[in-house]
Amino acid sequence: MSGLLDAYAPVTGEAVVHHLRLLAARLEGRRVVHVNSTRVGGGVAEILAKMIPLMQELGLQVDWEVITGESDFYQCTKSFHNALQGDPVEIPRHLYQAYEATNQRNAERLRPLLEQADFVFIHDPQPAMFLKLCPNRRGKWIWRCHIDLSRPFRPVWKYMESQVAGYDASIFSLSSYARSLPHTQYLIPPSIDPLSDKNIELEPQEIRAVQEQFGLDPRRPLIVQVSRFDRFKDPLGVIRAYRLAKQLTSGLQLVLAGGGAADDPEGEAVLAEVSAAAEDDPDVHVLLLPPDAHRTINALQRAADIVVQKSVKEGFGLTVAEGLWKGKPVIGGNVGGIRLQVVNHQTGFLVDTPEGAALRIRYLLQDPTRLREMGAKARQFVRENFLLTRHLRDYLAVMAVLLHGDNVDRIELTRTAA
Amino acid sequence: MTASHPFAVIDCAMLSIATGLSAQNLRELRDRLRSVPASSLYFHFWGAHLRPGFDEPEYGNDFALWARHGLSDPALAERLSVIRPPGFGDLEALREELVEVVEQRLYEREVVPWAPADQEFHFIRSTLVVLDTGTRLETPEALGAALARFSPGSLFYHFIDALRRPPEGADDFRAWLSGFGDRYSGLIERIAGIDPYFVTLSRLGRELSQAFAAQVAGGAA
Repeated sequence: MSGLLDAYAPVTGEAVVHHLRLLAARLEGRRVVHVNSTRVGGGVAEILAKMIPLMQELGLQVDWEVITGESDFYQCTKSFHNALQGDPVEIPRHLYQAYEATNQRNAERLRPLLEQADFVFIHDPQPAMFLKLCPNRRGKWIWRCHIDLSRPFRPVWKYMESQVAGYDASIFSLSSYARSLPHTQYLIPPSIDPLSDKNIELEPQEIRAVQEQFGLDPRRPLIVQVSRFDRFKDPLGVIRAYRLAKQLTSGLQLVLAGGGAADDPEGEAVLAEVSAAAEDDPDVHVLLLPPDAHRTINALQRAADIVVQKSVKEGFGLTVAEGLWKGKPVIGGNVGGIRLQVVNHQTGFLVDTPEGAALRIRYLLQDPTRLREMGAKARQFVRENFLLTRHLRDYLAVMAVLLHGDNVDRIELTRTAA
Repeated sequence: MTASHPFAVIDCAMLSIATGLSAQNLRELRDRLRSVPASSLYFHFWGAHLRPGFDEPEYGNDFALWARHGLSDPALAERLSVIRPPGFGDLEALREELVEVVEQRLYEREVVPWAPADQEFHFIRSTLVVLDTGTRLETPEALGAALARFSPGSLFYHFIDALRRPPEGADDFRAWLSGFGDRYSGLIERIAGIDPYFVTLSRLGRELSQAFAAQVAGGAA
């Protein structure tokens, strides 16, 4: 019996793992290729790093390839990213040319593998052009879009649409992100890995060590927001909410933890603003953490009484699922994918203003029983909906459906079917 | 006495699929309701059981939920929430009732209610992937004992999805138990009392287990 998958059974339940095995049995031996733009850093790479070994263990032949390019290529795809999420970014022609040349060069290298695969998952816009460059493909090609396409900048979307329209299917995280495309668009939310450093159970002494490291008093209430120093995450709004809540909750502490500001000019500016806003208060801890500080983030979230994600714009917000998974109610901005995770009065509260966040912080801190009840519901909610095993099941199901023809209400997989 | 065949445990997974259709106001909702695939109605009434979402939803279907939170029309939300699919012969009859309720509300309102720009109603349909688990249960006692280990997908398939399959209007548990003659009529009656529209899958599992424990232990109706 396999080991990696078995490790999930105590967390998710045996039935979930059994279900994965049943589904994968119908796909055994199929060749699958995932292509994205990086092996490390970012949510997509994090998910693939765990998803691919699990698919392999389930009997699929899976490869993970990465498109590589020069600075013009990355500048172009960064502009794509911003434009597709709504910024009116005019992209110069030479950057489009760099994008196409990079795709062509990488496609040359990967074409034999891609054209022979039964399923090709192309993640995000970076390698999206591969489809056009593999005319002899024999398998099903799926464009997996991880970004918020709800209001894209039209000229850039028109270009990207021309690249992805020919795919056999696409996958979006939320219904509002789907576009009008001439193929089936599946809706699959992302997930967190309960066994990763960021989410695995920690011993109390490890949590205490992190509290000591950052001068946090475990006897006093703590609220934590983990996210990049980005205006869309509204860190200044969180500080305002903290100050309002502290008027009636003495001893309240706040941690704003994030990373990656050093190589992001705007992030640096936001970090400076946040540090300035926090300067006069020793109970506001602004922490710039290295990108691999997963266990530290895990410990901070576990040390918190309440996790906050007060974004004013958010694709999905996996830090919400991380907080919920640690049994913490989450006070989240009433936007994007946070709405799917924070259920008012059940797993936390959706808020539109710092005042709203302050009100909910005070409400939860004055009623520890309620806080614990909501935390327990929050963890169960993630267990049932946002763990990697559900994500993997959905990918397997998409492959099974594509093999059978996807324009049907149901498919029945017998035990002997391939 | 035994049934003519063992109980075959089936599992399923639901894939959500965007239809590309959405509504920003109540009039658009009515128009889309007239034309969306029936599988979209199925999804918005039953899909909540199997898709990422909270286990104890405020309203029983997505249309009522949107009326309340998207359109801020609690009266419409209440009227939509009492529409129970089992009360209609098929999804087309359900569609007619939905359109009727929305039409009535449009007639009552002086201004067509609108949702905020980022809270459109997105029509979604689904594909159900049905899997035979290979597990076969020979007796009601064995079925009762196994229920605690049923996945949410199995409970959905045998209790909710079964309502769309012959025999009409019966879940798989009752259909199978009826093969034992009158012996389990008490259990069949008790299962019939569970309303699939308002019960969550986790509660459904508990209620079924309790029903089997109480009735099968006695061995008779």
